[in-house]
Amino acid sequence: MKYIDEFRDGEVARTIARAIAAEADPARSYHLMEFCGGHTHAISRYGLEDLLPANVRMVHGPGCPVCVLPVGRIDAAIWLARQPGVTLCTYGDMLRVPGSERLSLLKAKAEGNDIRMVYSTMDALALAQKHPDRQVVFFAIGFETTTPPTAVAIKQAQALGLSNFSVFCNHVLTPSAITQILDSPEVRELGTVKLDAFIGPAHVSTVIGSRPYEYFAEEYARPVVIAGFEPLDVMQAILMLVRQVNDGRHEVENEFARAVTRDGNEKAKELVAEIFELRKSFEWRGLGLVPYSALRIKEPYAGWDAERRWEVPQASVPDNKACDCGAILRGVKKPTDCKLFGTVCTPENPMGSCMVSAEGACAAHWTYGRFRNAG
Amino acid sequence: MTLPRRTHPRPLDTKSGRVDLTHGGGGRAMAQLVDELFVAAFDNEQLDQRNDQAAFDVAAGRMVMTTDGYVIHPLFFPGGDIGSLAVHGTVNDVAMAGARPLYLSAGFIIEEGFPLADLKRIVESMAQASREAGVPVVTGDTKVVERGKGDGVFITTAGIGVVPAGVEISGDRARPGDAILVSGTMGDHGVAVMSRREGLEFDTAILSDSAALHSLVAAMVAERPGIRVLRDPTRGGLASTLNEIAAQSGVGMLLRETDIPVAPEVKGACELLGLDPLYVANEGKLICICPPEDAGTLLAAMRAHPLGRDAALIGHCREDTHHFVQMETSVGGTRVVDWLAGEQLPRIC
Repeated sequence: MKYIDEFRDGEVARTIARAIAAEADPARSYHLMEFCGGHTHAISRYGLEDLLPANVRMVHGPGCPVCVLPVGRIDAAIWLARQPGVTLCTYGDMLRVPGSERLSLLKAKAEGNDIRMVYSTMDALALAQKHPDRQVVFFAIGFETTTPPTAVAIKQAQALGLSNFSVFCNHVLTPSAITQILDSPEVRELGTVKLDAFIGPAHVSTVIGSRPYEYFAEEYARPVVIAGFEPLDVMQAILMLVRQVNDGRHEVENEFARAVTRDGNEKAKELVAEIFELRKSFEWRGLGLVPYSALRIKEPYAGWDAERRWEVPQASVPDNKACDCGAILRGVKKPTDCKLFGTVCTPENPMGSCMVSAEGACAAHWTYGRFRNAG
Repeated sequence: MTLPRRTHPRPLDTKSGRVDLTHGGGGRAMAQLVDELFVAAFDNEQLDQRNDQAAFDVAAGRMVMTTDGYVIHPLFFPGGDIGSLAVHGTVNDVAMAGARPLYLSAGFIIEEGFPLADLKRIVESMAQASREAGVPVVTGDTKVVERGKGDGVFITTAGIGVVPAGVEISGDRARPGDAILVSGTMGDHGVAVMSRREGLEFDTAILSDSAALHSLVAAMVAERPGIRVLRDPTRGGLASTLNEIAAQSGVGMLLRETDIPVAPEVKGACELLGLDPLYVANEGKLICICPPEDAGTLLAAMRAHPLGRDAALIGHCREDTHHFVQMETSVGGTRVVDWLAGEQLPRIC
């Protein structure tokens, strides 16, 4: 298939793999964090680790939208779905993420609450138009990629005068999460986690551009290569990072030039800035409270903010004690380091968020890579 | 002996009429529905007897029996409908034992208010599929449930068939070294159905592959009766079906991604929807596992049949105590091809 097969070509992949093997310095190791779940998925789905030399290692990052939402926010969404007259809509993966007491939106749906899976914010808006007697709440999650569609939905709801539509906003920001990881004691002081370089997000960067990464490439002296989600994109980015590390450079390079510019999508950014503002701080699963890392709806659009319409519980709820999702999201642990991995925690019965989405590090390793540890 | 057709003072209004509770009540209204719709469409000697059961002589040898419920939504989709699907699906389940399907039964659960015109369309499509397959529907049942207690119509069919002497096909017979063949492109049915789902509608030229596979199976069995496993990869797609077989037979498998046939339109739709074609349902394809020396002959026999034109050898079974189904990916890495986790899309068949 055109524009797909070219980026999955085995011959080209082997050529890049040979270049990586030839250029990687055997005297050192390369720990490369792919921030995005989309990259985590591609690496596992195509078995890319098989193509890398032993001293080039991928470290999975926190960029999986459903993985980083803390238990408290899931509980809040379930609470909203249980309010009389409410229809809660969200993206598919969100339904299976465990909240407190092993509850999930999927289980809350089986209890009889009106919870729907939608493919886009427009579907949620259409539901609100079709059912004026229901309060339709869109449980909005995701990084900068999914934020503009939420902004469009709010604008349209305003234009249509839709008073039975609102957004439970959980949009989070990529650069602040990367900074948080680089500032974490494990990376900065203890040195227990080696992070030599980053593969930068694909879709997120189409919106925000490559400029936001320039700050921490410079400040933290870590190279960044923005890459697409196809396997050859990832392989090429790894080669570019190996070269930067070898040269002692720490620049932002753009492998995904077919979609990402330095300034990103100005129109989308303007729209987001019109509707949303920064939260002072937001809790992330694994990263804890991260300052200025998430968005809330601005005052002029308060009418479409579910957190203003209802007294949504704001409690912080700890993760399951045995679950290592937090450490896995920071790159401190690997999925196989977790006692629950593959024993009581599987994609059919996830205990932690990383086992839910195909972009989660645990689900990706369990689904595609567990033969490596089977002995 | 065939009874004369009963006559009813006014024919069933199959233009604008609707099913009501009397159509399942056991009285004249039900008799009329059965006569004018089901008996007329299925048109065979056993059904004409209007007994509570069908009588037929039993063939010598081994018989197989299967049953399947059909709850697909939407009822009509590109390339088929719930009626033809209810025939094909059950004929295929019989055929996957290498058997020749003989007879079908059909049970209808219809929701009050369902348009008689739609019911007629479904029953006629079912009758046509059964005629084309040469497998008559010889007994049936109709129930009507109150509005809101069903979703249009649900159909359950059962089928029986007879296995030719010397054929022993079963999911536990795959052995290390055996070849794994598929009869054509993967994922057509699922994508065709999804393209008509509310909130998901997209234009595609893809038709469901829904088809009765028993003549393909007969051609294969005639050529190589030593086939070990046949199975149709319906719900859960190729990936889940291969995992079932691997677990049943106690083997591992290694596939080659580039050898698995997927239509470009299906690939495109799956890219868009974030699905993996290996997990998308098929209704007119089969997986065949056979001794490696039979693979060439069987592939040729499959490709000579209209329903096996795109048949391909996609991998081999091997020793593996974990029973992993693994795949060499297009870029040369290796991954597990796992069971489907959760549900890609409910009510696909």
